[in-house]
Amino acid sequence: MQLFNAVRNIGKAHLKYNQEARQKVPDGLWQVCPKCQQSIYHKDLGRYRTCPFCEYGFRTGAKERLSWLVDTFEPAAPLEQDANPLHFPKYGHKLRKAQQVTGLEDSILTGFATIGPHHVGLGIMDPNFIMGSMGRMTGEKITRLFEVATVKKLPVILITASGGARMQEGIFSLMQMAKTSAAIKRHAEQGLLYISLLTDPTTGGVTASFATEADIILAEPKAIIGFAGRRVIEQTMHEQIAPDLQDAETVLKNGFIDQIVSRTDQKPFITQLLALHERGDSHQTTTTNSR
Amino acid sequence: MKEVIPIKRQQQTAAKIVASARSSQKITTQTLLAQLFEDFVPLNGDRVGGEDPAIVGGIALFNGQPVTVIATNKGTTLEERMACHFGCPEPAGYRKALRLMKAAEKFNRPVITLVNTAGAYPAAHAEITGQGMAIANNLYEMSTLKTPIISVIFGEGGSGGALALACGDQVWMTTDSMYSILSPEGFAAILWKDSQRADEAAAIMQLTPDALQAAGVIDGIVDEPEDESIFCQNIASMLTEQLTQLQQLPVTHLLAQRQARFRQF
Repeated sequence: MQLFNAVRNIGKAHLKYNQEARQKVPDGLWQVCPKCQQSIYHKDLGRYRTCPFCEYGFRTGAKERLSWLVDTFEPAAPLEQDANPLHFPKYGHKLRKAQQVTGLEDSILTGFATIGPHHVGLGIMDPNFIMGSMGRMTGEKITRLFEVATVKKLPVILITASGGARMQEGIFSLMQMAKTSAAIKRHAEQGLLYISLLTDPTTGGVTASFATEADIILAEPKAIIGFAGRRVIEQTMHEQIAPDLQDAETVLKNGFIDQIVSRTDQKPFITQLLALHERGDSHQTTTTNSR
Repeated sequence: MKEVIPIKRQQQTAAKIVASARSSQKITTQTLLAQLFEDFVPLNGDRVGGEDPAIVGGIALFNGQPVTVIATNKGTTLEERMACHFGCPEPAGYRKALRLMKAAEKFNRPVITLVNTAGAYPAAHAEITGQGMAIANNLYEMSTLKTPIISVIFGEGGSGGALALACGDQVWMTTDSMYSILSPEGFAAILWKDSQRADEAAAIMQLTPDALQAAGVIDGIVDEPEDESIFCQNIASMLTEQLTQLQQLPVTHLLAQRQARFRQF
């Protein structure tokens, strides 16, 4: 008891720590992995921002990701800025702020890239842009990417990261699911390859449209992949769900993903997949000709 | 002050429509099937291990012509309602719907979908069996299905779960129905962290048939009087008119038109 009383009686006056020390120590030197809860010195995350303990890939901006994957990149021409379709209060301000933070027009960066000897259409979603949510502009950029790739006869790679539909755009966000799906179908009908890489998080309307319509679906270790959010499921069902229900590893076991690929392996693996399909393309051309 | 009144009125209108779309007095799927079609033959199963009663489908005669009918089902008795999760489909339901649409394409039957669902069922089992991919597959395949598709939303049109059956050449709503990205309660909870502001959300979401027709999301509105037989007649005459027009189009034209319909958004 004496000890507790002593603790209680220690006031600020008894502490001799340097009040200014806090300001001298930089922030962000240590990060906690949201998956395995290990503390990681920031340098140990490395260039690929990957947890050294559980391989979870930290959420990363589109532009940083670009440097891991491509040799050259030509961004698509900017689109005319869209109005606020529901006249949602303060939405315009929120958009501008997200644009400043990410340097992107909307939640996806699209363009044409070379990966080794291969030319591809490429789209990378940015989780820092209003949670990577899918608005009209997001859907339009994806649709145009597939349309141009169809004309140029190029494969497309999409890297998804999204909380789902952009609520502030209401039904117009929902319509993007139908619009992008139709563009992907037209691309597929030309015998062209589409690879998606699902990163943390890929949920809602993005999972229920373009993310899962690819010929080959890859995912990053420990990424959350699902349709309904965990909270929604728990509140509707009034029961706890397994903590790993929507982890990429579980989704792989359930049969919805081809492979889980860590960041260091993505470039060589995707290059290999592209090469395997190029051979397939030329084979197809010869059979068509011989008819 | 002038602006305050119309906003309030909008809120009342939207809230009223949400309430009547969800009303327990709403016409049932069973009544619709019985009144609109003859000789309805229900077909079950998704052929990959599941059967979901939240979506009923099959072949029937409409004006003497065979059509494929796919409808969400909220059930009529408590037991039925629980079995079909109050009209919220699981992946098996969407897969069954797609299988029936493919058969319709093969046998050159038009597809009619009747939609009244709060949304896809949000449960662990639905996640395990691939809810997202099931919906995505429908959107993907419906975009080039080589037969006319007419969709009618006659109650709740809840998000992706409704869209997965509503990618038609013609999408219609009934007077007392709604179509939205999320329930107004969910919308208010996400954006304002207060589900009590559902009425305000309903007004801003443009979920009423009038607002959606103005935005081009739907093609028309069927009048929904209290008398169910008149209501069914109204739907039937709309379907007759639209089917006649769509069936005259060559398939390439039909698909180009469907593509353009969703491309505009």
